Amino acid sequence: MPGKLKVKIVAGRHLPVMDRASDLTDAFVEVKFGNTTFKTDVYLKSLNPQWNSEWFKFEVDDEDLQDEPLQITVLDHDTYSANDAIGKVYIDIDPLLYSEAATVISGWFPIYDTIHGIRGEINVVVKVDLFNDLNRFRQSSCGVKFFCTTSIPKCYRAVVIHGFVEELVVNEDPEYQWIDRIRTPRASNEARQRLISLMSGELQRKIGLKVLEMRGNAVVGYLQCFDLEGESGLVVRAIGTACTLDKLSSPAAFLPACNSPSKEMKESPLVHPPSHGCRSTHNSPIHTATGSRLTQNFSVSVPTLIYTGMGSGSAGKEGGPFKALLRQQTQAALEQRGGSPHRFCRRREFPFLTLTAFPPGLLVHVGGVVSARSVKLLDRIHNPDEPETRDAWWAEIRQEIKSHAKALGCHAVVGYSESTSICEEVCILSASGTAAVLNPRFLQEGTVEGSLEQRIEENLPVGCGFCHIPYDELNMPFPAHLTYCYNCRKQKVPDVLFTTIDLPTDAVVVGKGCLIQARLCRLKKKAQAEANATAISNLLPFMEYEVHTQLMNKLKLKGMNALFGLRIQITVGENMLMGLASATGVYLAALPTPGGIQIAGKTPNDGSYEQHISHMQKRINDTIAKNKELYEINPPEVSEEIIGSPIPEPRQRSRLLRSQSESSDEVTELDLSHGKKDAFVLEIDDTDAMEDVHSLLTDVPPPSGFYSCNTEIMPGINNWTSEIQMFTSVRVVRLSSLNLTNQALNKNFNGLCENLLKSLYFKLRSMTPCCLCHVNFTVSLPEDELIQVTVTAVAITFDKNQALQTTKAHAEKTLQRASTDNDELLQFPLELCSDSLPAPAFPATKEHLESASSNSGTPAAQRAVTVEKASPMGDGNFRNRSAPPCASSTVGVVKMTPLSFIPGAKITKYLGIINMFFIRETTSLREEGGVSGFLHAFIAEVFAMVRAHVAALGGNAVVSYIMKQCVFMENPSKNQAQCLINVSGDAVVFVRESDLEAMSTQQSAVNCQTSCPGEVTT
Amino acid sequence: MTSELDIFVGNTTLIDEDVYRLWLDGYSVNDAVALRVRSGILEQTGATAGVLQSDTMDHYRTFHMLERLLHAPPKLLHQLIFQIPPSRQALLIERYYTFDEAFVREVLGKKLSKGTKKDLDDISAKTGITLKSCRRQFDNFKRVFKVVEEMRGSLVDNIQQHFLLSDRLARDYAAIVFFANNRFETGKKKLQYLSFGDFAFCAELMIQNWTLGAVGEAPTDPDSQMDDMDVDLDKEFLQDLKELKVLVADKDLLDLHKSLVCAALRGKLGVFSEMETNFKNLSRGLVNVAAKLTHNKDVRDLFVDLVEKFVEPCRSDHWTLNDVRLFLNQYSASVHSLDGFRHQTLWDRYMGTLRGCLLRLYHD
Repeated sequence: MPGKLKVKIVAGRHLPVMDRASDLTDAFVEVKFGNTTFKTDVYLKSLNPQWNSEWFKFEVDDEDLQDEPLQITVLDHDTYSANDAIGKVYIDIDPLLYSEAATVISGWFPIYDTIHGIRGEINVVVKVDLFNDLNRFRQSSCGVKFFCTTSIPKCYRAVVIHGFVEELVVNEDPEYQWIDRIRTPRASNEARQRLISLMSGELQRKIGLKVLEMRGNAVVGYLQCFDLEGESGLVVRAIGTACTLDKLSSPAAFLPACNSPSKEMKESPLVHPPSHGCRSTHNSPIHTATGSRLTQNFSVSVPTLIYTGMGSGSAGKEGGPFKALLRQQTQAALEQRGGSPHRFCRRREFPFLTLTAFPPGLLVHVGGVVSARSVKLLDRIHNPDEPETRDAWWAEIRQEIKSHAKALGCHAVVGYSESTSICEEVCILSASGTAAVLNPRFLQEGTVEGSLEQRIEENLPVGCGFCHIPYDELNMPFPAHLTYCYNCRKQKVPDVLFTTIDLPTDAVVVGKGCLIQARLCRLKKKAQAEANATAISNLLPFMEYEVHTQLMNKLKLKGMNALFGLRIQITVGENMLMGLASATGVYLAALPTPGGIQIAGKTPNDGSYEQHISHMQKRINDTIAKNKELYEINPPEVSEEIIGSPIPEPRQRSRLLRSQSESSDEVTELDLSHGKKDAFVLEIDDTDAMEDVHSLLTDVPPPSGFYSCNTEIMPGINNWTSEIQMFTSVRVVRLSSLNLTNQALNKNFNGLCENLLKSLYFKLRSMTPCCLCHVNFTVSLPEDELIQVTVTAVAITFDKNQALQTTKAHAEKTLQRASTDNDELLQFPLELCSDSLPAPAFPATKEHLESASSNSGTPAAQRAVTVEKASPMGDGNFRNRSAPPCASSTVGVVKMTPLSFIPGAKITKYLGIINMFFIRETTSLREEGGVSGFLHAFIAEVFAMVRAHVAALGGNAVVSYIMKQCVFMENPSKNQAQCLINVSGDAVVFVRESDLEAMSTQQSAVNCQTSCPGEVTT
Repeated sequence: MTSELDIFVGNTTLIDEDVYRLWLDGYSVNDAVALRVRSGILEQTGATAGVLQSDTMDHYRTFHMLERLLHAPPKLLHQLIFQIPPSRQALLIERYYTFDEAFVREVLGKKLSKGTKKDLDDISAKTGITLKSCRRQFDNFKRVFKVVEEMRGSLVDNIQQHFLLSDRLARDYAAIVFFANNRFETGKKKLQYLSFGDFAFCAELMIQNWTLGAVGEAPTDPDSQMDDMDVDLDKEFLQDLKELKVLVADKDLLDLHKSLVCAALRGKLGVFSEMETNFKNLSRGLVNVAAKLTHNKDVRDLFVDLVEKFVEPCRSDHWTLNDVRLFLNQYSASVHSLDGFRHQTLWDRYMGTLRGCLLRLYHD
């Protein structure tokens, strides 16, 4: 009996009128936890009842404490008939279960009803008394901290990063049970909400157990998702990165030896598997699509089609021995590293990290994006306690990812994520990440399987090391064009780099970045079961190919050479597939300048056609020039000699041809005419291609004063002010069903996304200059001919005038950097604070800088801006601008942001994870303002409930906020609609930097820490 | 491709002041979009008409959802659904309760009932204010009236407390409530030259001096007079006003009063001879107004009477405002020298307010 939960119901306010006769309500409250229920007295005739109840005490196992939500139901007492429910509040008590988080939950919670929405508020106090548990075989994992943030949380430091944890639980969806045919919609929705709450509690507990087993104490980058598989059930799955975190309370004397890799890393490299050609997992008798690796940094797995329950080679059965084999391998690898200082070994199947930003020194090299997809047919989950099939599916995909990473010479995958898209009984499972080489020092227990690494050098150059290729240049996994790094000139780099992670803090970037999207639709015939799955898996490789082509073209058009935060979403619908890729393009100083885009016509004899082509070419060239100016991309010219001799590799040019490229001679010719520079050739051989080129040029840049990116921060902007605005925007469009073609679809989809962005820029125009950060698009196809796009992002203002100056100052500082690894600043602000305060150094360097920047021969590093310096708290000037605290409002302000930080503020405490699931349904759609009115109100209510929970935990912000699901269904003819929303984030307490400063003047010792700019990067 | 659903929800609720104004003015979404296009916003921002339409719809939806809360402004402060900075909350409330001069002049003094609400069509047609806006303004008047009518204590304070209005706007509402409660006639043709400000000024004086609350003491019998400290005129006072009749009924007193005033003003007044000939008529008018106030019907006609009996005669003789001021001052003060007159305090309470009102009402 290790825990006592105590609940007190204080009061209610703004209750709805439940008794028409008196215009009042006789309210009372039921408090339920597990199977125990308490009731308050009935408070007669009031819309603002004061119950002031006693403490209701529940004596429960900590296992239940983790799984069960506290359920509070407000009812209207009725003497003669059944009591009417007013609404409910679910409170996740998990944050009370670990010592460093919240100690009490106390505040006003909106009373929520799935039919009526929010109906008043209730004031509740919740406490937990935990007893020490001496049971070694316990099933609970109280005390393991969970973070949605995909980097090491700000007030912690990572002692060990243990690695990947995953778990899934399945259940039958109450919505599809027979009983629901006779239950009311409200009862059905509540059953669903409760079940999902219970399942996520259970999932979190199980993940926690795995973490404890690995001797970790926290999960970072925790991502939990629901798969609503319809009649086949409900899957809740989660992935995360197990870590051992230390609270940063004092300046710990911990220095990661990131620049001196251990000797043991220099093992002989394993022989690469032959890396050209087909790389798909053939573990099914029926696999259809064949394809090959397309271009560099982007291994596309050919989807493997598996029909569960059919054929002999189903994955579920193969999974077992396969895993066993893997474990053996891992074990072997671990044994080789006998000299390493770790004390405990745990086999690890997948060396994956869900992190997108890393402690300094951890990330050594980045190979490129690895992704895998697979099409599955859903069938009923027969035994919810043994979700083997789903486990096997994911294991198989992860295996594929792992082998792709291996092919890229990498032993780990970072920025890893998984997703699904379901339509009827077909499900596409997707996983993607960035192949990388990590410094094993942080991963004591060694995820280094086989130690493929050979490239870690002593004294890695700062700011470009991660760009250096991890694979063997003589045995490259795909055709790539290598040059010597433009930064250090010592190592080879690819000409283009794609990744799913955030821009490393020390990366040297030229100019600003921008959001780049590839959008694509493909029609598909309606089909059933196997035929449908086959059709989809046939289409997938083509979609991946086209998405990649579009990304590459758009990147070139922007004059940039690297993508960060790449996220490719493939959505399946009844009669089409949609692909949406978003990423942030940047110009990495270490990578070569991208060549232009060359257009080649097929019929050179036609004069007017030629003219047309040349016109098109001119437009493209103009656009590139304009973009370079817009994003301030002006890298210094580097003469060929400096770069060194060309690499002995037959293919020097990166060529990406359209699918039918018979005329290779012509291409070569064109390439030569373009000089030594690399040109990207687009062959226009049909109207289709023409259309593509047109669509390239239709992307409109954001209006002046606006920037956008889908990563945490925008390269090149470093003086955020404290104003932030998080928002969600949803659009659903109906396609006219008449003769839809791929082209028309593409155009529509493109228009939809572009218009959505334009609307955002217009709405937020009062915030300029500002940047939309962490722009997250989600596409779904709820019905035939309906496309739903959901966008969540945060707009952050910045100070334009200061941007210029501080950019220069920071650039200067980059030059001044001595051997000291600046990255260490991030974790050890105290030691370096005098060095990193920009203000005193600034006036002295300003003049020099201006003269320097006018000199065209300035080295790259000087012009460049390091992102590390683009810290949102960087300069002292903006403190003056922070708004005075709001007075007189009775409701505390709670900020929400998808980022892991709050500009101009320091996060002082993490209060626990927020993970909420809501269903809203209406049978009076028209009366509630139609679909828009319905969803608008619902999303506003969801925000309100998140804010209320955070406030009750004692917090004032949610960071790493994400709306993971927004499933909207309508039936206008019946005047009905339903929506499911799942959101999560980390509740935190932050302190304004200006307030901190006031405090620190009294405590000079703390002063350094608070004003150090390095604190809140990533 | 048609848009089925299109929404934008910010963690901090976005409020566009211009769109709010259009919404308050009762324009439909399409009219509002057209007006915004005309304002040149498309050129300034480079947005398209579609973007503007979507933006306007979003704001209208937000305002529609906020409207319920604006009906009871303290709710707006305590609600959790919309996160709005306090300054914006104040702006939303203030603008929502702001009314049009043209509209208030039509409704001032009328009973805030269903019957009046039916006339809103005509008012809308007459004033050019949209029916929707008329309805909002009318409902605001009625709502404020309902909440404060039975409340004790200062009218302005009550309004401020329950509707969180600025001092200025709360005073205006106090006047509206006071006029509606006493049903003063303001719509007659000869009163058309008066502005809402003129009436509000008079209302404030009357609330300060002529209501129960003005006496500054609790009612003698708290059970029978639970309420209406500031909203109703002091009935006892109105009864007493009959006593003033002696000033015109007693011929000696009237002559004495006239001679005192004439003696004091001789040479100072531009219109002395006109005043001298008209004195008895003017005095009779002013005193009779007081004496009649016991009847509800005559209370309603107070302003009509004042204009008929005083303002118009003076105006036709081309008195300047200064003449009026000098006269009224002397007219009130001289009564103190009338030995036979015993109701000096009553006179001051009546004439002090009336003098203020008349001076305000005396213009073209």
